[in-house]
Amino acid sequence: MRGLRRFLGRHLLTAFAILGFVYILLPIAVIALFSFNDPAGKYNYNWQGFTFQYWREVLAIPALRDAIIVSIEIALLVSVISTILGTLIALALVRHLFRGRSSTNLLIFLPMSTPEIVMGASLLALFLNLGVSTGFVTILLAHVTFCVSFVVVTVKARVTGFDRRLEEAAMDLGANVTRTFLRVTFPLILPGIGAAALLSFALSLDDFVITNFTKGTVITFPVYIWGAARIGVPVQVNVIGTMIFLIAVGIMAVGVLVSVVRARRDRAIAAQAVEAH
Amino acid sequence: MGYLRRHPRAVPYLLIAPGLIWLGLLFVVPLYYLLSTSLQSGDIYEGFRQTFSWSNYSEMASQYRPQLVRSIQYAAIATLAALVIAYPLVYFIARRGGQWKSLLLVLLIAPFFVTYLIRTLAWQTILADEGLIVGVLRDVGLIADDGRLLATSFAVVAGITYNYFPFMALPIYVALEQFDGRLLEAAGDLYANPLKAFLRVTLPISLPGVFAGTLTTFIPAMGDFVNAQLLGTPKQYMIGNVIQSKFLVVVDYPLASAGAVMLMALILVGVFLYARALGTERLTG
Repeated sequence: MRGLRRFLGRHLLTAFAILGFVYILLPIAVIALFSFNDPAGKYNYNWQGFTFQYWREVLAIPALRDAIIVSIEIALLVSVISTILGTLIALALVRHLFRGRSSTNLLIFLPMSTPEIVMGASLLALFLNLGVSTGFVTILLAHVTFCVSFVVVTVKARVTGFDRRLEEAAMDLGANVTRTFLRVTFPLILPGIGAAALLSFALSLDDFVITNFTKGTVITFPVYIWGAARIGVPVQVNVIGTMIFLIAVGIMAVGVLVSVVRARRDRAIAAQAVEAH
Repeated sequence: MGYLRRHPRAVPYLLIAPGLIWLGLLFVVPLYYLLSTSLQSGDIYEGFRQTFSWSNYSEMASQYRPQLVRSIQYAAIATLAALVIAYPLVYFIARRGGQWKSLLLVLLIAPFFVTYLIRTLAWQTILADEGLIVGVLRDVGLIADDGRLLATSFAVVAGITYNYFPFMALPIYVALEQFDGRLLEAAGDLYANPLKAFLRVTLPISLPGVFAGTLTTFIPAMGDFVNAQLLGTPKQYMIGNVIQSKFLVVVDYPLASAGAVMLMALILVGVFLYARALGTERLTG
């Protein structure tokens, strides 16, 4: 009886997990499938026939191509600025005890827990009241504002697991503060910084709601899709969606593999050291 | 460098200064302007004047009460649905994933890097009248022959549940992943059956994750307007739809600001309760 219950428990959970993954991946499968569709009219809702045409002509629509270029430009700048600002804050929060720490934590948390529509509306209220005309620069300012907190959280996770004795060792060996930071600290937290930079790039590229409030007449990739949603989204959008998924899986899988290989290597080195002892 | 060595206490302040000044100017100050705009009156032709009248708030609360109530309802149902789907899934990954754990996690997160609007449009295709799901449901008689999924509350809630899923899944995963499996063995050794071990050991340990996930899912869900617009009809519109259309279409800035302030106030109450319960350190992980 107990064995039966355990068997059921085990497989029920597995079945549930499989269903869960089906649910998570279903929309992606639909996006990918319809990137090969050859729709009869402008609406890409029903399966008509298989074609590679839109993968070949992915940048054939000038308005879409321009929107993608604008989005990538913004995402690159946002990624650089927010990673610098956020990494500095993360270092301060993990390394230093200072007055105002908990207010700093709160100020980092609030933008993440503010609905996008409130952030977008408040930024537009600011720009309207100050007479700033909205456009490329205001989108940039807005995106950095919501990315900084995510950078702080990502880098903080990495710096927290960091062994400070490595820095002390470098200092004992005669390295000064600058040299210790550049040769020891920075390389060790670099994976965290890299992950944070990629995350801000992705967040910026994806944002529609806040961009919609701060865009002026600039059209980013999501703004283009929003406009096209009413009149029929071109198949190319599915192609780009599929590409983003593949790139995301690729980058994260490489990250996982690298950490697995590293862990194995570290274990091997430790085992050798024990043997030599 | 010499200055820093003489004043080591200045170091953290110099590190946080650029970021905090940025957030001060572009997060805190805008909220002030939002509040100030919400207390203005007038229209786009005659201009808006600071009148410190609360009429925008009463108008918002009376005229758009259905949308406000709907936002809370939809967000609550979507949060609960996300919890029910996410918990067993991340439990499976964290406890049974073995060497595939990291790759399963990649598979869980990657879909959410695909542009939000494209994901929502995919649900439009999935739930469409001539789509597969509606066909099956009509055949087995779960919905009427002319029944629909698209353009219903169900579609909007389903879209919200899906789009904010990682906000629920990741905190629970982190909580379940950190805990020591030997605790369960110990519970087993002490003659707890698996169900009891789960209820007495696993569940309490994962509760902070559940709590964090609930909060981080509910908040953006409440402010959402994209799902209601793309998967619903005006009958499903939420407070976010009102704010966005008043701001960007009708150009009634004061009324729209009042709506946004009300939304933010509701959420701040939640965040402060959360911070009091768990402390500020947990806020940023």
